Amino acid sequence: MSNYALTRRYFLGSTTLTFLFGGVTAAGARTISGQPPWTAFTANPPTPELGNGLLFFIPSEFNTVDAIVARLIPADELGPGAREAGCATFIDRQLAGSFGTFQRFYMQPPFANGTPQQGPQSANIPHVIYRTGLAALDAYCRATYAGKAFIALEAAQQDAVLQAMEKGQAKFEGAVPAQQFFAMLLQNTREGFFADPLYGGNRDMIGWKLVGFPGTRYDYRDHVSKHNQPYPLPPVSIFGRPDWQVKG
Amino acid sequence: MARKLPSKDVVIIGLGWTGAILANELADAGLDVVAIERGPWRDTAESFNVGYAPDELRFAIRLDLFLRPAQETLTFRNNLNQTALPIRQFGSFLPGDGVGGAGVHWNGQNWRYHPTDFRLRSHLTERYGAAAIPDDLTIQDWGVTYDELEPFFDRFEKIAGISGKAGNLKGAIQPGGNPFEGPRSDEYPLPPMQMTYAPTLFAEAARSVGYHPFPTPSANASAAYTNPLGLSMAPCTYCGFCERFGCANYSKASPQVNVLPVLMRKSNFEARTDCEVLKINLDGSGKRATGVTYVDTSGEEWEQPGDLVICCAFSLFNVRMLLLSGIGKPYDPATNEGVVGRNYSYQTNSSVQMFFDNKTFNPFIASGALGQSADDFNGDNFDHTGLGFIGGAGMNCVPTNGRPIQTRPVPPGTPNWGSAWKKATKESYSSAFSMTSQGSSYTTRGNYIDLDPTYKDRFGRPLMRMTFDFPDNDIRMSSYVNDKLLTIAKAMNPRQIVANKTGRPYSVVPYSSTHNVGGAIMGADPKTSVLNKYLQSWDVPNVFVMGASAYPQNAGYNPTGTVGALAYWAAHAIRTQYLKNPGPLVQA
Repeated sequence: MSNYALTRRYFLGSTTLTFLFGGVTAAGARTISGQPPWTAFTANPPTPELGNGLLFFIPSEFNTVDAIVARLIPADELGPGAREAGCATFIDRQLAGSFGTFQRFYMQPPFANGTPQQGPQSANIPHVIYRTGLAALDAYCRATYAGKAFIALEAAQQDAVLQAMEKGQAKFEGAVPAQQFFAMLLQNTREGFFADPLYGGNRDMIGWKLVGFPGTRYDYRDHVSKHNQPYPLPPVSIFGRPDWQVKG
Repeated sequence: MARKLPSKDVVIIGLGWTGAILANELADAGLDVVAIERGPWRDTAESFNVGYAPDELRFAIRLDLFLRPAQETLTFRNNLNQTALPIRQFGSFLPGDGVGGAGVHWNGQNWRYHPTDFRLRSHLTERYGAAAIPDDLTIQDWGVTYDELEPFFDRFEKIAGISGKAGNLKGAIQPGGNPFEGPRSDEYPLPPMQMTYAPTLFAEAARSVGYHPFPTPSANASAAYTNPLGLSMAPCTYCGFCERFGCANYSKASPQVNVLPVLMRKSNFEARTDCEVLKINLDGSGKRATGVTYVDTSGEEWEQPGDLVICCAFSLFNVRMLLLSGIGKPYDPATNEGVVGRNYSYQTNSSVQMFFDNKTFNPFIASGALGQSADDFNGDNFDHTGLGFIGGAGMNCVPTNGRPIQTRPVPPGTPNWGSAWKKATKESYSSAFSMTSQGSSYTTRGNYIDLDPTYKDRFGRPLMRMTFDFPDNDIRMSSYVNDKLLTIAKAMNPRQIVANKTGRPYSVVPYSSTHNVGGAIMGADPKTSVLNKYLQSWDVPNVFVMGASAYPQNAGYNPTGTVGALAYWAAHAIRTQYLKNPGPLVQA
């Protein structure tokens, strides 16, 4: 560092702006001159979202989400599905992060209904969509299926509930329409199924194996010209492959 | 009250492609230059580290490198009768943020606009008569010609290490290149990239129906390369993580790879990052800029005086900076007077998707600009007599990636979930691909940018308001070229063909293109343009405005190549004319 003509100015702290910039690396304003600033390993690599325990859901919520993802991408003759991939864990971790509050989005009022072309205008953040949506789903299932919760329903009944949510036929109590909740569930389940395993889903690269995506190999020069020939190597993630781990 | 800093010769707003180019050229001229960038410092080894760059969720879905709407967004409506609402999550277009700007996250298609694009109204009038131009279109000439820009196109291509094949060298048509392109003074600095399977099929099919495909000009290096500044690029590895990502391989041209390492070592240059310019300050006459005011991350305001102020933000934000600073008369669609915000345009795209049996395309073997294109129906390369529209579109087969959160084609009618979805997803992932038509976007009186009356940014400044829908002319154009894509698709004999035509109304939700252009346009007449042919403000001659905001309307090409050429053109004019005699380079 000492030979870099780099001055780093940390100005007096302002909690207001720190809050507004939340989620952005809090580097502070900098003046850089004379040399590109570079120090090895100073950027922000991802933190693997593995391990046990829940960060956002309570256990009953988690079990419901786990049952939902198992219907959205089911285990079948083509292989394991979203439950086996850990999509509910993925969603729990995402909700605990900046996604959970739509921290990056413009959430200033006034909130008004617009045309579909004007994009989402809801004030509901994912925390609210999941928490309120899951409570409404529970009430809907118990009212429709003789007091049974979603997880107690037969698979065909669960599919019927999800279809009614998707089409907006299920009327949910509260501020979160069933369609809004379903759309977010489907989006997050697909993300969890296909994202790098470091985020807690796509366990054992289940999603990548399903479609044949080799993951983060980052160099295909050997195969570019091999037209119409399947790529031979198995997938690899940002943290490598299970068989790369040192045993014992 | 802003604290005043020592004056600089040049104050640059934004450190992306144009900011880096202008800073480097003007620092070479001996000027003391500061660039003020609202986002963070970004460097390949730190910020796009190969250890975690290929992360689709982080970069392509959560959009880690992009401007966050919480920082700044804009409001949107389709027409004057609607109330604009804020774009709360970016969708149709994705503005960048931080050092490198859009030059970090672009795909790297690097085009020269066609000679006729630069004198569009004159050309069409000469060829078809003035009556052939629909009344509702406000298209106009750029005030600069292709021939004037040619040396600067060449310069930018050499700086950025573009891979491609010339189709027209000094007027002589070259086999293997684009026969429709304007005359080039030199070949591309690098040969074309290795071709993957899908574009190879596209090229064969296009040729079989009489079109003229060629390798898409690419800023993804086909081989190791050292540019005229002495900066090196490594060969592209076809990793499939270009658009929305920084390149960890030093293979995709960017300010980080191709300009900044030289610029940063100059003692007469400094970059101030995480500092957002609030406005350009004017003196009492309103005819001279005195510098800028910016705010740092602690919320403290600073005044940076300077003799020359150059707007180098992303296109849309250049327009907003002028509106917030009171430079140039804001455009009013009711009276058709004023210029700032006038002639905003976009890109009119369509696609054709094909599903095959027994073919394996390995979509993950890709790069952002690796593919084949055909210009037979772009611009005015074909006779428009009797067609009922003007303009055209490039036909492109550039499969950029197989990242599976986003790239999972399924045939129409497939359920959104369940075993049937899973089966279709698995079957189609590697056996389908798309072609696109990237079309011109011609301006109208009602498509424009101004300041929103209701919504504010985090500093309390009005958000910009976009009013836009596709003109009838462009819908007809796009449909016509989409039909041409269908003839290519049929020649490939896929199991299923799905045409996705452009329809109204335009939506800000699905991703379409970050080619937002116009609003601070260049031209020959101050009544209909913000800038003269050197990108200099007509109203405040010590302000220059770079970028695609200067485009009077858009052509059927990605804008960056022409943005780069215009930056070198303007830098040359500043160095050779303005510095000797600061003042208007063109008399109004």
